Amino acid sequence: MMTLDKIHFTLIAALLFCLVPVLGHGEGLITGQSFAGDNEIVVSFSTPLDKGTAEDPGNYTVFEEPDPDIRLQLESATLADDGKSVSLLFEEPLNMIRTHIVSIAGLPGQEKTTFKVSKSYLGYLFSILISALLINNFVFTKYLGLCVFFGTSKRKSTAKGMGVVFTLVIVAASLMSWFFYQFILVPYNLNFLQILVFIGLVSLTVQAVDTILRKVNPILFNSFGVYLVLVIANCVIIAVPLILANNNYNVFETLMLSLGAGGGFLLALYLMSSVSERMELANIPPTFKGLPIAFIVAGQFAMAFLGFSGLQIF
Amino acid sequence: MANDKSGMQLVVNGILSENPIFRLALSMCPAVGISTTVMNGLMLGIAVLFVQVFSSVTISIFKNVIHPRIRIPTYTLTIATWVTVIDLVLAALLPDAYAKMGIFVKLIVAFAIITMRLEMFACKESVKDSFWDGLGMGLGFMVGMVVIGFVRELLGSGAILGYDVLGFKPLLFFILPSAGFFVVGLMMAFFNWIELYYKRSKG
Repeated sequence: MMTLDKIHFTLIAALLFCLVPVLGHGEGLITGQSFAGDNEIVVSFSTPLDKGTAEDPGNYTVFEEPDPDIRLQLESATLADDGKSVSLLFEEPLNMIRTHIVSIAGLPGQEKTTFKVSKSYLGYLFSILISALLINNFVFTKYLGLCVFFGTSKRKSTAKGMGVVFTLVIVAASLMSWFFYQFILVPYNLNFLQILVFIGLVSLTVQAVDTILRKVNPILFNSFGVYLVLVIANCVIIAVPLILANNNYNVFETLMLSLGAGGGFLLALYLMSSVSERMELANIPPTFKGLPIAFIVAGQFAMAFLGFSGLQIF
Repeated sequence: MANDKSGMQLVVNGILSENPIFRLALSMCPAVGISTTVMNGLMLGIAVLFVQVFSSVTISIFKNVIHPRIRIPTYTLTIATWVTVIDLVLAALLPDAYAKMGIFVKLIVAFAIITMRLEMFACKESVKDSFWDGLGMGLGFMVGMVVIGFVRELLGSGAILGYDVLGFKPLLFFILPSAGFFVVGLMMAFFNWIELYYKRSKG
């Protein structure tokens, strides 16, 4: 337990370290900046500003951090009544995941002030996890991994075993795929080999977990070993590396996405197995016995999961 | 192990008595996920047909060289190679249709049906028979996808292949993603019902 706690702390410390640069901005004249709506940034100042300078859109240049060439078009800049905060309205909605760089010209004392606007990175990471777990649950809203899902959701104990093994394997496999993608495929322009490399890594991880578990903990292997073979037939395990390659995620984002995908699968299996156990007692028409009724139950779950679609925590 | 079925019988077998979607209940993800229109179903069907036929033929050619202990990784890598080929071809030739199918073309690599046919058929039979079996399985998958797509597109948007047929939209619900589960479930129930009906009328 101690080692687990230590890992936990190191992880949190590492995450906090990432936050430091985000929190470090906004000293001096500018006291605060944040996204206010879909297309609005609010900047607050320590002293009242001149209305003429502050409300001229020409004084502002705004762009997303990765592409300084694409200037975002400002619709208007409005100074608040106390003269201490400006709200910048943009023509198009902002991509709030990206860090935005704002420069203001003509402020008193300085020729040009540049600062960054971004969301809390920890909140963003958490939103990836929640999104993969509930909003874009891989089973009920992306329809992946159904073969294994219907095969192993008959009993609660099977569902738990499969879900846990799957989560472990997917986290290991995604981190390895991320490493190979970032340090081998991208630098050597081998992007077209994505599918081949990812599926190879997944089979390798499954084989490795199988061998290690058999030696290290034979009791655990006896109860969970059977599910290892099924992991490879699950589309989710290959979909996650492809998604993270597509979105160019970093290592923390990869970890969160794979945890969310594994946890979401576990959640889906557990919910489905709870219903399946009750269904055995019910009087189902013979034509619907087996898979047809399972599909209809899954459809109802999918409709229920649509309810999460508007969820936004951070 | 000789096969006593002719090429034509193998194809019909794949489409009807061993249909991958309705009878073997394999590869359900695409059947639920992207079967919203006939066109989507047809496109993915063609991609699967290509991968299935070429993988079956490849494995059948090399069946005497592959060591039994490494056969599963060999199958996976063979499939992955052909999926990469069709993925790049579709992205270059039909970018619009490819964008609609999203990640599913790449996911053909994890479809259980292809690996299963390689294991059960292609690694034992002759090249010619493997070709026909692959063709039958691929066509069976395509027919299943098109049938589901037909029902969903007709009921959901009142159209077939994008052409307005009914003039009104009977049930918008059917093009919503979650309806895929209901349509597939009801169709399986329908096939079960036919089977039970025949058994009862015989017995």
